[in-house]
Amino acid sequence: MTRREPRVGLDLDEVIADRATGIVVCCGAGGVGKTTTAAALGLRAAEQGRTVVVLTIDPARRLAQSLGLEALDNTPRTVKGIDEVNGGSLDAMMLDMKQTFDEVVIAHSTPERAQAILDNPFYQSLSSSFSGTQEYMAMEKLGQLRAEDRWDLIIVDTPPSRSALDFLDAPKRLGSFLDGRFIRVLMGSAKTGGRAYLKVLGAGLGTMTAVLTRVLGAQVLKDLQAFIAALDTMFGGFRERADSTFQLLQARGTKFVVVAAPERDALREASYFVERLREERMPLAGLVLNRVHVTGAASLSAARAAAGAETLEEARKHPLATAILRLHAERMRMIEREQSLRRRFTAAHPRVAVVDVAAQPGDIHDLDGLRVVGAALAGR
Amino acid sequence: MVSPESDWEGVRLHVVTGKGGTGKTTVAAALALALAGEGRRTLLVEVENRQGIAQLFDAPPLPYEERKVAVGPAGGDVHALAVDPEEALLEYLDMFYRLGRAGRALRKIGAIDFATTIAPGMRDVLLTGKVYEAVRRTSRGRPVYDAVVLDAPPTGRIIRFLEVNAEVAGLARVGPIRGHADSIMALLRSPQTAVHLVSLLEEMPVQETVDALVGLVGARLPVGGIVVNAVRAPLLRQADLTAAARGGLDREAVAAGIAAAGVGVRPAAVDALIAEVAEHAERVALEKSERRTLKALGRPTYELPLLAEGVDLGGLYRLAEQLCRQGMA
Repeated sequence: MTRREPRVGLDLDEVIADRATGIVVCCGAGGVGKTTTAAALGLRAAEQGRTVVVLTIDPARRLAQSLGLEALDNTPRTVKGIDEVNGGSLDAMMLDMKQTFDEVVIAHSTPERAQAILDNPFYQSLSSSFSGTQEYMAMEKLGQLRAEDRWDLIIVDTPPSRSALDFLDAPKRLGSFLDGRFIRVLMGSAKTGGRAYLKVLGAGLGTMTAVLTRVLGAQVLKDLQAFIAALDTMFGGFRERADSTFQLLQARGTKFVVVAAPERDALREASYFVERLREERMPLAGLVLNRVHVTGAASLSAARAAAGAETLEEARKHPLATAILRLHAERMRMIEREQSLRRRFTAAHPRVAVVDVAAQPGDIHDLDGLRVVGAALAGR
Repeated sequence: MVSPESDWEGVRLHVVTGKGGTGKTTVAAALALALAGEGRRTLLVEVENRQGIAQLFDAPPLPYEERKVAVGPAGGDVHALAVDPEEALLEYLDMFYRLGRAGRALRKIGAIDFATTIAPGMRDVLLTGKVYEAVRRTSRGRPVYDAVVLDAPPTGRIIRFLEVNAEVAGLARVGPIRGHADSIMALLRSPQTAVHLVSLLEEMPVQETVDALVGLVGARLPVGGIVVNAVRAPLLRQADLTAAARGGLDREAVAAGIAAAGVGVRPAAVDALIAEVAEHAERVALEKSERRTLKALGRPTYELPLLAEGVDLGGLYRLAEQLCRQGMA
């Protein structure tokens, strides 16, 4: 006896039509089509009447061009060519991580201190190359866009991280670092608690500084201390912002859309993310499964198609039909594998709504292409 | 087994990068297998905390320890290592400074966590440092590993990752860190290193490959070969593809052929099959133009077939054999 598995469908039209939805975060492993998903969803929402801004992190060139974005300039620009009949609009922007960080520093510091920070080699390295900075700045920018209050829906693409979870962890990590004991040690005994703590450890402050000097070299330690001294005044501001952004992600108007492709690694990342969102009580809308292969001839199985191709080959007839059957057999095997991965995910997460987006033969370069993806996202 | 001379004779460190989703880890693993010729030993290193290697080789998660994971098709050994930045830092401190207890104290106050997660680039310094150590390690006067294959970060971050030691050298003008960073950079810029790019015959991965290549050259990092992954075998003749793309396949002839195959499908299914061919033809045409773009880069190029069932251990050996045959190993 076969029992049909219950399938929970994801209706993204419902998500974007709900005026209470103020933020949609698209997350997932790299290379699964997050940015395209974010852009397509933004366009669809705008054409249905929402005032939308899409924050992209690192879009492919032609996708960016299709949104009218030529350079990453940190400013939302109006996307031309959308259907405005329902009164909506679409803005898009690309994140400039360093500029965003600089602005945070300037906003939270006196001009002299800000300059000292901007000039410090540690800051320059942190702001342009630290692997968590992009995540942190994406969150910062999200907070800024929200504060501007010009849009009723913000759609965020997430950075191509080592792991999808970095996006949630990086801001917190920065926050905990800024509060950390290590900072106090570096800053010397000026802060109460540092010395007492080290006594407990049985290593005097002098020893610790000596060790750090040995490891880092005196010059590095000096630059680092100067950097931290300059940042010191901003700690409160940083922490507050990291906390409030995190709360924003837990708020009712926020929805997470986890994006994956029907591949083992991408779905494993998606699983981690789904579990993590539950732990953090962050509202998950569902899973977008991109690049799913489909067929109009599902009744012809891979095995039968392959057997048919063999029959024709043996008879040395109909080479075209033979090739077509082989092609179909290949596609069916691919579909079987994808479906088995999909079943594995839904078995582990039966309550996560899923929507499939069929694989497109080519890439998306224009608004029409995005509209096709948008319709697929809405299950249309 | 007679194998042609490898294109990368003299390379000890193979860095494998590519856009996310192109199959970097698979290609790196296949290359490590392919390089493990008779009496040789290779090390496959991952640095992204994904445990992708363990999954590919059907092994339990790798600890921070070099372990033998497979025997190459020609009888050599493949070892694997998942680098953990914190452990790498403690090891580094112990090796260079004999810190012992003080090292543990650093961990307790959060210095280790600081260094591996917050300090600019430190994580990448440690990861590249560990790779450097594995390449340079010797036992009884000869290298422990004949080749080290690094499953590196994706193209978007690869240059930053490989250049991190140059940046450290800029921060630390003197001192022990400076010296270490300089030696790592020297290895990475030497002919003993090759940075291979994995691509698919799709627009975005090809674009990233082109961009990464330009970036690598600009950063004076040694560009290796291009590995085109997941290539489908051509099933249709060019004339049929052209006809299919135009929607001009002879429906009657196809229907008659399929009827002769005895698979018993309804007429509607024939149309669905023809639609699949048209989609395939569109894809093949796109692939052709992407292949031209890659060829124009003028680098040695290798092609690996798409494994429709997904990559398992058997599939890895097939890919490794392809790499040997095409001269990458």
